[in-house]
Amino acid sequence: MGEVAAVTRLLETRALSKTFDGLEAVRRVDFRLETGEIRAIIGPNGAGKTTLVSMISGRISPTSGRVLFKGKDVTGLRAWDRVALGIVYTFQVTSIFKNLTVYENVALAAQRRLMTGALSRLTRPQRTLAEHVQAALAQVGLPDAGDRHAGSLPYGHQKLLEVAMALALKPELLILDEPTQGLAPEEIAALSRLIRALSRGVTMLLIEHNMAVVLELATKVTVMDKGDILAEGTPSEVEAHPDVQKVYLGL
Amino acid sequence: MRRTRARAVWALHLAIILLLLGLQFVVPPFHQVMLARIMALAVYAIGYNVLLGYAGLMSLGHAMFFASGMYATGLTILYFGFGAGAAFGLGVLASAGMATALGLVTLRASGVSFLIVTMMFSQAFYLATLYFNEITMGDQGFIISGLLPPLWAGGRELAFSDPAVKYNLALVVFALCLLLSLWLTRSPIGRVLVAVRENEERTRLLGYNPLSYKLLALIVSGSIAGASGSIYTLMFSYVGSSFASILYSIYPLLWTLLGGTGTTLGPLLGTALMTYVVDIASGLTSSYLLLVGATLLILIMWFPAGVMGGIRARWVRWLP
Repeated sequence: MGEVAAVTRLLETRALSKTFDGLEAVRRVDFRLETGEIRAIIGPNGAGKTTLVSMISGRISPTSGRVLFKGKDVTGLRAWDRVALGIVYTFQVTSIFKNLTVYENVALAAQRRLMTGALSRLTRPQRTLAEHVQAALAQVGLPDAGDRHAGSLPYGHQKLLEVAMALALKPELLILDEPTQGLAPEEIAALSRLIRALSRGVTMLLIEHNMAVVLELATKVTVMDKGDILAEGTPSEVEAHPDVQKVYLGL
Repeated sequence: MRRTRARAVWALHLAIILLLLGLQFVVPPFHQVMLARIMALAVYAIGYNVLLGYAGLMSLGHAMFFASGMYATGLTILYFGFGAGAAFGLGVLASAGMATALGLVTLRASGVSFLIVTMMFSQAFYLATLYFNEITMGDQGFIISGLLPPLWAGGRELAFSDPAVKYNLALVVFALCLLLSLWLTRSPIGRVLVAVRENEERTRLLGYNPLSYKLLALIVSGSIAGASGSIYTLMFSYVGSSFASILYSIYPLLWTLLGGTGTTLGPLLGTALMTYVVDIASGLTSSYLLLVGATLLILIMWFPAGVMGGIRARWVRWLP
């Protein structure tokens, strides 16, 4: 029984904590994620959601506690090494290279997967790289944008470019920090469809404020408040949870 | 599209090398020497541009690498009777070693702190060349002409005093360094360097360790600067501590800014322009620095991204 659990468990945090200047942003959080889930983390501002996923991606290091990925302790690994293992994070604020072309943006991600060591395979054919870039752009629906400057794309397409960059890294766990923020309703619908389609191959962890998106997409929801996990369950369970209604939905 | 552009880029650079090869048969002897000097110093600017233009790090300590190449080459010829090839190789190695050491210490800093720290170390190096004047002969320097055995190529003796030999030596080193910088900036490594320059945090989360890429850029940059110092020594037979002074850290910065940072051909153009402006202006008036300043002002007003940067932004988008 324990064996089976170990196989499907993708991510686990054990008593993970982060303190900023005496303020406990995340408090001894035990968080588990199974392969194939679309997990949404919700909670009011300042609940510690971004801090938690930042410790998972390696952007910041925890004050105490451990992070396990596929049963392996990755707490001491730097962000770039975790990317190599398959933990990929996309920023809350769109963070593409605006002065470079769309192609260059995705190529940066794609070549990371193709390079075995930091400096090896320098002369890998550009054609292989171009194929990977094109595949990622096609997946998000931007097949013809390669030669455009990333900064010239409309905002919604910049978000899609972020997703394409993440996909080109061939993630096993894709962390999306507020992916629908700032998008128009039809763009939100398209992004939701994309996330659902991608989730067949990639485990998704999203921080999301839009409850409609959460209810539609998530297979499981984690509610955070004041650095703690308040509740966890299917979207309907969480929606019905009295504490959640009090804290999050303001009822 | 992308591949035709790549061909055009390589063809352009090869054409410029061929042009320089041909120029020596057309220009009068005075300009032949000028061009040889420009090519040797353009190598220095190419090295500097790898760090500033692609990794986005501004150093004021490159004289240390330039002079390391010079001293390693000059001193081994002077004291140990090294041949030109070995002395040149040692010059490049010495500056690579200096760049590695400096990088490990200074690369945690960036921006203005990096500028100051590199300047500090370079000044320490400059003072060391004065302090150990029994070996280096300080700011008086030493001459190696007559000590170097001539090169032999195809049964012909090539003396270092021959202007044609100087010119073609400079051209070979220049061509190699230009093509190396072109290849590097278009390689996956160059792509990561640009990413580090644009947004370091994002690059980290794309799976790259920015520090190791910056260190690599600094080592390449320092080695090319050292190659320049070394070939300059072989061509002009003189080594002195003035080459390690702050002025020689400012020069490559000026040449690169003038020609266009982050462009492969900018360093050559900037070095050539500056050298000729100084030469022409000093022929006209003793206050020639005024004319140099005015030229710089005009260029900065119309070409804030340097000459090549301006050309790229306005007319030729595909320029590397």
